This record gives sequence, structure tokens and C-alpha cells, in this order.
Amino acid sequence: MKTVSSLLDEHWYERYKNISRLNIRSSIYDVTNRCNLRCKGCFFFSSGEHEVAAEENDMGKWREFVKKEMDRGVNLAILIGGEPTLCLDRVEAFYKKLPTFCATNGLIKVPRDRFPDMMVGISLWGDAEDETILRGKDTFKISSANYEGDPHAYYLYTITPKQLGKTDKIIRKIKDVGLKVHMQLLSNDEKVDGFSWHPDELIAVRAEMDGMLDAYPETVISSKYYHEVITTGKMLDRSFGWMECPSVTEPLDKRNPRPKRLISFIRWSSELQTMHRCCTSETRDCSTCKDGAAHMSWVMVNKRAHIKTTKDLQNWIEVYEMFAKLYQFIPW
Amino acid sequence: MFVPAKCFSLKTNNYKFMSNDINQTITRISEIIINELKLEDVTPETFNPDLDLIDEVGVDSMDLATVALVLRDEYGIRIDEDDYPKLTSVRIIAQYIINKLGDKE
Ligand code: SF4
Ligand code: SF4
Repeated sequence: MKTVSSLLDEHWYERYKNISRLNIRSSIYDVTNRCNLRCKGCFFFSSGEHEVAAEENDMGKWREFVKKEMDRGVNLAILIGGEPTLCLDRVEAFYKKLPTFCATNGLIKVPRDRFPDMMVGISLWGDAEDETILRGKDTFKISSANYEGDPHAYYLYTITPKQLGKTDKIIRKIKDVGLKVHMQLLSNDEKVDGFSWHPDELIAVRAEMDGMLDAYPETVISSKYYHEVITTGKMLDRSFGWMECPSVTEPLDKRNPRPKRLISFIRWSSELQTMHRCCTSETRDCSTCKDGAAHMSWVMVNKRAHIKTTKDLQNWIEVYEMFAKLYQFIPW
Repeated sequence: MFVPAKCFSLKTNNYKFMSNDINQTITRISEIIINELKLEDVTPETFNPDLDLIDEVGVDSMDLATVALVLRDEYGIRIDEDDYPKLTSVRIIAQYIINKLGDKE
């Protein structure tokens, strides 16, 4: 039987031990159904999730809910939306009790006197031209002014096919404002013309993502194995999709056989009772899903499958470290 | 041979029985872990009961939850989720089960 220490030298074994007991249990929360943007391709609006249930407005209920989530064993709250910064009291209900990550478009600055070390992930969909096509405005100008040099914020850069050849310029801009960046791929839920991935583009974007990690190792939080898995949809000769996805809401997960999955994971609507199918769009076709968190979780929950060769296990460690850095479980 | 100190507090009070008991329990737990986690190139007899399940075998909490369900059915005991982090080797799990069974008597 292959053991971890038989595959790793001392340095890698230490890295493994730093993360092997983290036992991260995340769930995702829609904080609100509203947003101050209306991006083309936003899964939340395109799949009608903003209309699934009314928002809970009673702050007492939010606080009670957070307590129940903690009792369920959740130790990482991932807040999405709509736009969570429109409802900072709800964000605070989580932040005061739990390690909390807040996704935002960056147009409203999270007040750091109220949320000194909350990790903030700022969405970015490309250069000014793409941002204007897809989101109606160049959000970088505003978000970079809001968060310049913030040690608890990073950009979540959604790469689109139109970004091929342009990622260097964007990552340099992010570096220049003293922030870090994590890359993910657009799933184009609204089928915006020219924004769906073709196989040759996926090969090209993988090479480009690898190149960015090599060129900006202090700025880019990523791993080449993650690039491989998300662009090919393959991991250890297995194919990503519904029967493998780890990010399905647990009480709604009736798959048989049940794959390795995130324990206790639920994505809640902002009404605090309705659950969504998974971490992303209800209506997305799993066979073309490029959700970054689902792909990295897919690797993470399949640890033992990677205890086969030194390279496989090192790949697993790098992906887990990437996740742990993005959610502040280990330092950058 | 290592005999968990707490075994002496069990109502059976039979050292020889207890030492066999823990060895049998270790072999059975090894078998369950090998089967449930589909571990390759190892048998219940060759599985090192002191091997760290997390640091060396790569067991995660979903694996532990799976194994805990089988152990519950096999031994009629409930393994609290809060105890998972403590259950770091087959020998420790065996001792935990024997202690729980002792508490039930
Ligand atoms: S900023 Fe986010 S939530 Fe708002 S429309 Fe765009 S993608 Fe959707
Ligand atoms: S859409 Fe993506 S994240 Fe959702 S269940 Fe399908 S594969 Fe998983």
C-alpha cells in the first residue's frame, strides 16, 4: 500500500501535514436577490435563481440561521448573491461567527473598520472592452480604487474566450494595484455570442494560465493541475460532470452511486429555507460546466485517488493549498 | 504488547480475553477500512494498526464517516463526529470501540 510519506520528500510531507487536518466544511449563501449590475452570463439571474424565493429581511432570523449552520458543522461561509455588499448587516451576521468569504463586484467597498480581515473576492470579467460588453461598465476602475493594496482581497478573474492573449495585461494591472488574482473560466450560461469555449481555445487558455502562474507567482494564486483539470474536465482519467460533481447540495443529492463530495455542503437562498441544486446555476448543463470551485473541490475530495504517484499527490497538495489560501486557512 | 490502559476498567476484567479482543477488533477494523476505502496491496493481517490514517493513508472525514457507519452496524455503537479527529489509527479506533462497548455494559 502506498503511504503519503513513501511518496513525498520531507518538504512536501510538511506541506501535506499543514493542510491534511484542516477539514474545511463550506456552504454557500445567497445574501440577497439584488445586484447593482446585471451582467450577461451571470448564472444567478440567467437561471432565475433571484426569483426562487423572497429574501428574509428579519436580522434576528439571519443570526439564528448562522447559529444553526455552525451547529451543522459549517466552518467556512461563502457569501455570494446577488451582491452581498448591498446587505452588510447580513454579511456581518456570518462574519462575527464564522470564517467568511464575500464575493463582490467591488463597486461598493466593504468597510474595513467593520470587517477588518474578511476575505473579499472581487469579480472581474476581462479588460475594459469585455467588461463593458458583458457587465455594462469597466468595474476594474472602481474596484481597484476601492481595494488597492488590501491584504484580504483578491480578484476572481473569469477568463472568457475573448481574453485569449490578453490575460498578461490584466494580471499586470492587478499586480500594479497590489492585489492577488485567482483565475476561472466563463461557463457562458446565457450563450452570449462568441463567449463559449471551443476545444482549441481550452488548450490555448490552459497554456496561458500556466504562463501567468510562471510569470507572476506572487500575484497569481493557482496551480497547473487546476488549470489542467478545469480546461480538460479530466482528472486521473475520470470526466467531470453530474455523477462526479462534489458541490451538489447534500440534502438534494440523490445520486447513486454517490461520489466523493463536500460534506454537509448546501447552497442556501436568501430566504434561508430554499436550497439550490449546487454551487452554481440550477439550469447549467453539467457536461459543459466550468465552475472553478466545483473543479477544485473535485480534486480536493479525491485525495486518496491521488496517493498513487509522487506527482499525483503533489498535484493534490497544490490544489488544496490554493483553496486554503483563497479562503485564508493558510497564508498567501 | 500494547494493551490500552482503559481496557482494564472494562467489566470483564480478563486481561487475556481483552488482549485477544483488541487484536481481533484491530483485524476486523482493518478489514472494514480496506474494503470500504478500497485500499490496494494490503490485507487485514499486513495493515499496520499504528499507521496514521490521516497523515499516511490519506483518510478524510468523508472516509471516516463511511467507516463509522459500518462500525455502528457492526458493533452497535455510535461514533460522535467530534471524535473523528482523535481516531487517527486502527489501534486507537479499536480501543475507542472497546471502551464504548465497556461503557454500555
Ligand atoms: S455582479 Fe455578480 S451577481 Fe451581479 S449581475 Fe454580475 S455576476 Fe451577477
Ligand atoms: S452545474 Fe456544475 S457545479 Fe452544478 S451540479 Fe453541475 S457540474 Fe456541479
